[in-house]
Amino acid sequence: MSDDLILQAFDLKKHFPTGASKLLQRPTQVVQAVDGVSLSLRRGTTLAIVGESGCGKSTLARLLARLIEPTSGSVVLNGVNISTASSKELLKMRREIQVVFQDPYACLNPRHSIGQSIGTPIRIQKTMSRSEERHRVFELMELVGLSHEHYNRFPHEFSGGQRQRAGIARALALQPKVIVADEPVSALDVSIQAQILNLLEKLQSDLGLSYVFIAHDLSVVRHIADEVAVMYLGKIVEIGSPDAVYGAPAHPYTKALMSAVPVPNPQAGAKRKRIILTGDVPSPVNPPSGCRFRTRCAKVQDICAVDEPLLIDRGQGHPVACHFPD
Amino acid sequence: MNTPLLSVRDLHVNFGTSEGDVQAVRGVSFDIDRGETLAIVGESGSGKSVTASAIMRLNFGADIRVSGSALFEGKDILSMGEEEVRKMRGSDVAMIFQDPLTALNPFYTVGNQISEAYTIHHPGTSKKELRALALDAIEKVGIPEPVKRIKQYPHEFSGGMRQRIVIAMALINQPKLLIADEPTTALDVTVQAQILELIGVMQEENGTAVILITHDLGVVAEVTERVLVMYAGRLVEKASVIDAFASPTHPYTRGLLNSVKSLDSDRHSRLEPIPGIPPSLIDLPTGCPFHSRCRYAASLNGRCSTEVPELKAVGNSWSACHLPVDLLAAPIKESL
Repeated sequence: MSDDLILQAFDLKKHFPTGASKLLQRPTQVVQAVDGVSLSLRRGTTLAIVGESGCGKSTLARLLARLIEPTSGSVVLNGVNISTASSKELLKMRREIQVVFQDPYACLNPRHSIGQSIGTPIRIQKTMSRSEERHRVFELMELVGLSHEHYNRFPHEFSGGQRQRAGIARALALQPKVIVADEPVSALDVSIQAQILNLLEKLQSDLGLSYVFIAHDLSVVRHIADEVAVMYLGKIVEIGSPDAVYGAPAHPYTKALMSAVPVPNPQAGAKRKRIILTGDVPSPVNPPSGCRFRTRCAKVQDICAVDEPLLIDRGQGHPVACHFPD
Repeated sequence: MNTPLLSVRDLHVNFGTSEGDVQAVRGVSFDIDRGETLAIVGESGSGKSVTASAIMRLNFGADIRVSGSALFEGKDILSMGEEEVRKMRGSDVAMIFQDPLTALNPFYTVGNQISEAYTIHHPGTSKKELRALALDAIEKVGIPEPVKRIKQYPHEFSGGMRQRIVIAMALINQPKLLIADEPTTALDVTVQAQILELIGVMQEENGTAVILITHDLGVVAEVTERVLVMYAGRLVEKASVIDAFASPTHPYTRGLLNSVKSLDSDRHSRLEPIPGIPPSLIDLPTGCPFHSRCRYAASLNGRCSTEVPELKAVGNSWSACHLPVDLLAAPIKESL
C-alpha cells in the first residue's frame, strides 16, 4: 500500500531563530512556523493545505519541496529521504518535484523571454540539446494554452493569468511527478482563476500528476482537493476528505473557519450560522501550552491547557486534534 | 418619493498617460438611499475604485479629467470648492481602504489619529473630551483594553485590529455615507467575518449608508442589498442582490457567477471560466466592451461590436446588453 504514497512527511519541524542577541551570539527566540507535521500524498491525487496567514502553510510547502531544510523530521519522495539529500542528489530530485508560486510577477525573470524562462530547468539539468529544448518548450506552451508567438515575449507583456500559465509550463518542463503549488490562483481575478484551476485539473488527469495545493481560499480547495489538511499555528488540526472536513467539521477551529467563508448565495445567508472568533491568532514565538487553539475556543476545558491533543481519529472517521471534537 | 442620499449621473474619469488616455470610468449612473448597503463588484481595472475615489474627490492632478455629477443631499460634490470638499470628507462622507497600514500614520499613536479625525470637524474640543471620545470609539469597534491600546502605534496592531481602528476613525463623526473600498480583501476569512459583522452593527447604530467595493461575490451576497456590476469602466448590470445571484441578466454577471465555487455547490461540477482577458482601457474595443469574450455576441450579427448597449430594464434588473429582453430574463441555454 505504501507504494501508493508518492510523498510523505514525518514529524516535520521548522523553527526560525529571531531576535538574535549580538552579545550572546545566539538567537533569543524561535518562531515555531511548522511544529510536528506528518502527512502523506497519494499518487495522482491532490492534497490541499489550508489555513490563515501565519499558520505555517507556505513554510510547509517549502519544506516539502526542500526549498528550505527542516529543523527536524524528514520528507520522503518516492521512497527517498530528501531532507538529508546532498546538493548533487537534490539536483536529481528536482526532476521529480517542482513548485508553482503565488506571484506570477515575481517568479519570472523580467530580462528573460518567456521561452527562455520555461526552458531554464532543462538547461540546468542538461538533459537536452538547444533545439530539443526549443521543441519541448513549444510543446509545453501548447500544453498550458500559450501560443508559439509568445516564445520571444517578455513577462511584462503578459497578463497575470498568462504569466501563471508560463510558471506552470516551467514547472512541467522536467516531467515531474509532484507539483507543490503555493497559492497558485490567489493573485488572479476570479474569471482567470477558473481558467487556471481547470488547466491544473486537466494536466493532473492527462499527466498523472500529484499536487500539494496550498491555499487560503476554502471554496477553491473544496473544488480541487482529494484530501484537505487544516493548519493552525504550525500544526495540522484536522485532516480528511473534503466531504468530511467541509460537510462535518469536527475541530472547533475548522468549524469557525468554514462558517466564516461568505457564500455567494444571498438566500442561503440567513440560514447559515456564522461563528465569529474573538481575538487574534497568538504569536508563534510563544504559542499557548497544550492545545494551541484553546485561547480562542468556545469549548475550552482545564485539560486543554495541559495536554496537547494528538491528531488521531476520535470516532469521526478522520483524524482531529481536539479533546472535545463534534 | 424621497430623494436619494447620493445620486451619481454620467460619471466619466479619464487618466492621461504617456501611452494614451485611460478611460477608467465611462458613464456610470446610480443612486443610494439613506441607510442602504450597495455593492460595486468587478475585476481589477473595471473602474470600481476609481468611481469611489471620484465621489470622495480623491482624483486630482493635471492629467485627470472627471465629468458628470454626484449629488450628495442635493449638492454636486464634483463642482464643490476645495474648502467645501474638506468639510464633507470625513464628516458626511467617510472612506476606508483595503490596506489599513497605509491609511494610518506610523508616527502617531492610534488615539492621536482617531481624535484628529474628530477635532478637524469639531475645532475647540477639549483634550479631555477628545480622549473620552477616542476611548469610546476604540471600545465600540471591539478592541480590548482601550486605555492601553490608545497609546500604541499602528505597527503594534494586527491587520484586523488596524482595520478596526480605521473604521473607528471613519465613523467617529457619524457619517451619512461610508465608502468601503475592499475593506476585507487583505484579511483572513475569520477576521473578515469579524470586520463585516462590525460594519453591519455600526451601520445599524448610526443609520449610515454603505457603498461596499469588492471583487468577492460571497461578501456581496452576505452583506448587501443591491449590487452594481462593472466591466471595463461601464455598469453592465444593476439589480437587487437576490435577483443578481438567482437570475443574473448580463452574460458577464453570469460568467462571473459560473467562475466561482461556493461551499454549498456541487463539489465535482466543472468551473466555467470566462474565456480571454479584459480589454485594455487605453485601446477599448468598439461596441460592447465584453463582446470579444461573450458567447452570445456571434448570434447578433455584429451589432455587439459596433453599437454600445445602454442599460435597459429586464424584469426587476437593469442590464446593458443587446440580447432581447425575453432572452436576458430567461436563463440563457448553453446551446444558444
